[in-house]
Amino acid sequence: MAEFFHGRFRSLHCSAPFWSLRGVEETRELLAVRQDTIEPPRISLNRGAMLTVVTDGGYGYCATSDLSHTGLQAALDRAGAWAEATCDRSVHCHSPQDMGAPRGERVGSGCVRASPSRSEIFDLLADECRQARGDPRIVERYTALELREVEQVYFTNTGGDVRQRSSSAAPYAHVAANEGTDTQTRSFAHARQGGVETIGTSGFPGCGARLADEALKLLAAPNCPAGTMDLLLMPDQMALQIHESIGHPLELDRILGDERNYAGTSFVTADMFGRYQYGSPLLNVTFDPTIDAELASYAYDDEGTPAQKVWLIRDGLLERPLGGRLSQLRAGLRGAANARACDWNRPPIDRMANLNVEPGTSSLADMIASVERGVLMRTNVSWSIDDSRNKFQFGCEWGELIEDGVIKRVVKNPNYRGVSSAFWRSLRMVGDARTFEVHGTLYCGKGEPNQAIDVGHAAPACLFSAVEVFGGENP
Amino acid sequence: MKEQFFEIASGLCEALRRDETLLCRLSGERSDFARFNHARVRQAGSVEQRLFSIRLIRARRQASASLALTGRADDLETAHAALAGLRETLAQLPEDPWLLIAEEPRSTSTGRRGRLPAPEEVVSAVTTSAHGLDLVGFYAAGTIYRGFANSFGQRNWHEVDSFNCDWSLYLHADKAVKQSYAGFAWDTSAFESLLQDGARRLELLGRPSRTLEPGEYRAYLAPRALEEVTGLLSWSGFSARARATRTSPLLRMEHGETLSRMVSLAENTRESIAPPFQQDGFAKPDKVDLIARGELADALVSPRSAREYGLAANAANGRETPEALDMAPGSLRAADALAALETGLYIGNLWYLNFSDRAAGRITGTTRFASFWVEGGRIAAPVNAMRFDDTIYRMLGDNLADLTADRELLLDGSTYEERSTASAHLPGALLRSLRFTL
Repeated sequence: MAEFFHGRFRSLHCSAPFWSLRGVEETRELLAVRQDTIEPPRISLNRGAMLTVVTDGGYGYCATSDLSHTGLQAALDRAGAWAEATCDRSVHCHSPQDMGAPRGERVGSGCVRASPSRSEIFDLLADECRQARGDPRIVERYTALELREVEQVYFTNTGGDVRQRSSSAAPYAHVAANEGTDTQTRSFAHARQGGVETIGTSGFPGCGARLADEALKLLAAPNCPAGTMDLLLMPDQMALQIHESIGHPLELDRILGDERNYAGTSFVTADMFGRYQYGSPLLNVTFDPTIDAELASYAYDDEGTPAQKVWLIRDGLLERPLGGRLSQLRAGLRGAANARACDWNRPPIDRMANLNVEPGTSSLADMIASVERGVLMRTNVSWSIDDSRNKFQFGCEWGELIEDGVIKRVVKNPNYRGVSSAFWRSLRMVGDARTFEVHGTLYCGKGEPNQAIDVGHAAPACLFSAVEVFGGENP
Repeated sequence: MKEQFFEIASGLCEALRRDETLLCRLSGERSDFARFNHARVRQAGSVEQRLFSIRLIRARRQASASLALTGRADDLETAHAALAGLRETLAQLPEDPWLLIAEEPRSTSTGRRGRLPAPEEVVSAVTTSAHGLDLVGFYAAGTIYRGFANSFGQRNWHEVDSFNCDWSLYLHADKAVKQSYAGFAWDTSAFESLLQDGARRLELLGRPSRTLEPGEYRAYLAPRALEEVTGLLSWSGFSARARATRTSPLLRMEHGETLSRMVSLAENTRESIAPPFQQDGFAKPDKVDLIARGELADALVSPRSAREYGLAANAANGRETPEALDMAPGSLRAADALAALETGLYIGNLWYLNFSDRAAGRITGTTRFASFWVEGGRIAAPVNAMRFDDTIYRMLGDNLADLTADRELLLDGSTYEERSTASAHLPGALLRSLRFTL
């Protein structure tokens, strides 16, 4: 694929001082079993290219699935016309000299095309689906595996040549149990880079029976108590907490106002970097595209900026935003290599990639033992946060009431709410490396035109104090 | 695009073996996109895409594949390769007990030609007209194509030229007026008129803002705010599969809970811009009643659910979500909404809704953009973002005082993967009480 795009790229002509071709080929295969019935397999091959032109002052793009020379040349011409049309009315005075000419390659680990066969995968999915059966209160059982391979190239007329490949095999399952007017769900997700060889150690084998058992336990459980208390978030819910109340507020394009019409603005302002205490001194947050198994690992972002680990929050102090090359120029701030596009038909914007909370020193047992009254929560089920990314309310599938340092019982419909700017300062214990887990999501939405992209979040378990916690039924 | 799609479909159908059935689908667009910040261009470009999908059926087995077409002669060869791949896949599959396809050919050709200027002209109009304003927004325009063909000879085509310009005028921080201008024929003077109206409304946001204490307040939800509520309910609320698996957020309505008799919701395909056929080629009925005078009516039934649960299919999409939601009007004149509210919150937009307790129909979200505190029927002050947490049975049940007689047709501006053809036709809603928590 890379050579095909390179050949086409070399045949194109443009008089602009800078132009580039970003080509993407993605294959996906979704295999699923629902209620012991194999769902029709869905296979997709998506291939296209985005041509980008930068002139003195202007920028334009055109994306097409017509990969003939004629089609790509027409797209390049259209991108050039957009650059000319916007050169005197852009929010930033673009300069061809600011565009890099990166050269490099990355091949991610794993392969989704190796064994097991499709039949063997269906056997695995069917087995876990079947294992969730058995109690008449179990009303829905679903297991799935999404296989994905992505190959990307980025060529510039200034000599840039970047080639990257990655793969992921993401198993997923959910089980719902019902009794009267109550339905409870437990789910499993494992979104990481790597091939099918990762399924065996993902926790997927055996999850069917576990999820069914836990959904039934939730049906029988009391509602989560309400009150101000300690909150122990396990890594899969930490992923959501980081995503919504650190990741999005630190996106520099939000801070610059680009997203105010859609995804929202940020309570963080440009003058806070270097002096704002974002969280307690225990909070350390990094942008790290170098962890091989994490979902959004890469060597170069989609504008060709080399990717490396950087600290965004150190000892609670806000250091730098999530801003790619262009946003950094606009804001005069140092950022990260996070200009990313979800596909060939969407332009790069500031996105999260791998955004992680670094491990601390507390064991999970010590954290639980330190809680006089609180709730442990895992697996996100509900997320809502205001457009400044400040007032939030999140809910989980699973809760466990902790009293006097001991887990007492399962509680259902656990929710909590707070304000980002205060919440992270209530962080009082951070789990050690033994509690550290890598998670991620394939669907983070943002941008105009809209883009849903994959992001990774790794974190230890974390303990927060004095959080407003509550359960279901009437507010 | 139409001729090319039907040629490929026919070419594949001719190559079918005797016991094979083929469904083909095209989802394409030629779009121009321009996003703005501070009344200048942030990013502008164009996208041309053709996503072609085929579903092969043999001996009650089925599998599907999709690929991006180039629009060139080699597409047929690529499609043949995908067909061959599906034949191999079918050999590994058992029979699908929930397979249901449309075998009676019902060909249609629908669409709407628009009048869209060169996108550079719109960019010039927006940046010039908004000079001096802090406008941030997005213009998307062009032609959307949807096609279906099958080996029974059915051919469907739907082609619409449309534009959707959606923007916010900011005063400061998060205080903004949200506006949109969507349709089929762009008129710069109409855009400018809206912009001037928005600029006037900005003055209201200049008043000192008020932070409300958590509690219960009377509230008026403008149609855009109500769209967020119905949008959340559409997340499995009207799905036959969700009803059958007891996972619907309207679960309690299956146990006798009701909404106000003022609430009637329908999937009204006849009055929308969505194609009149769904992805498997089933012709959509003009209208499906979802909630009738406060009580659950029909569900959206996809062909797959129809087979699984022994129901009559009504051509719902695979996710069984509305694409043309229509809410019956009430009796309140929109112009009288502030007076009827008297004292309380006027909510122009809601944001980021989700469930606090899905089974109980309890939802949460925040106010956004221009939301105001109203006293004596007059706007008193903008309010800072507030979080509500309440049940749908209170909001659209006991606490629903009235719906407006005037409704707004809201074209969905979503552009995830492709430009949406969904829409909603909604009134505003006056609530006696809405619970705010943060």
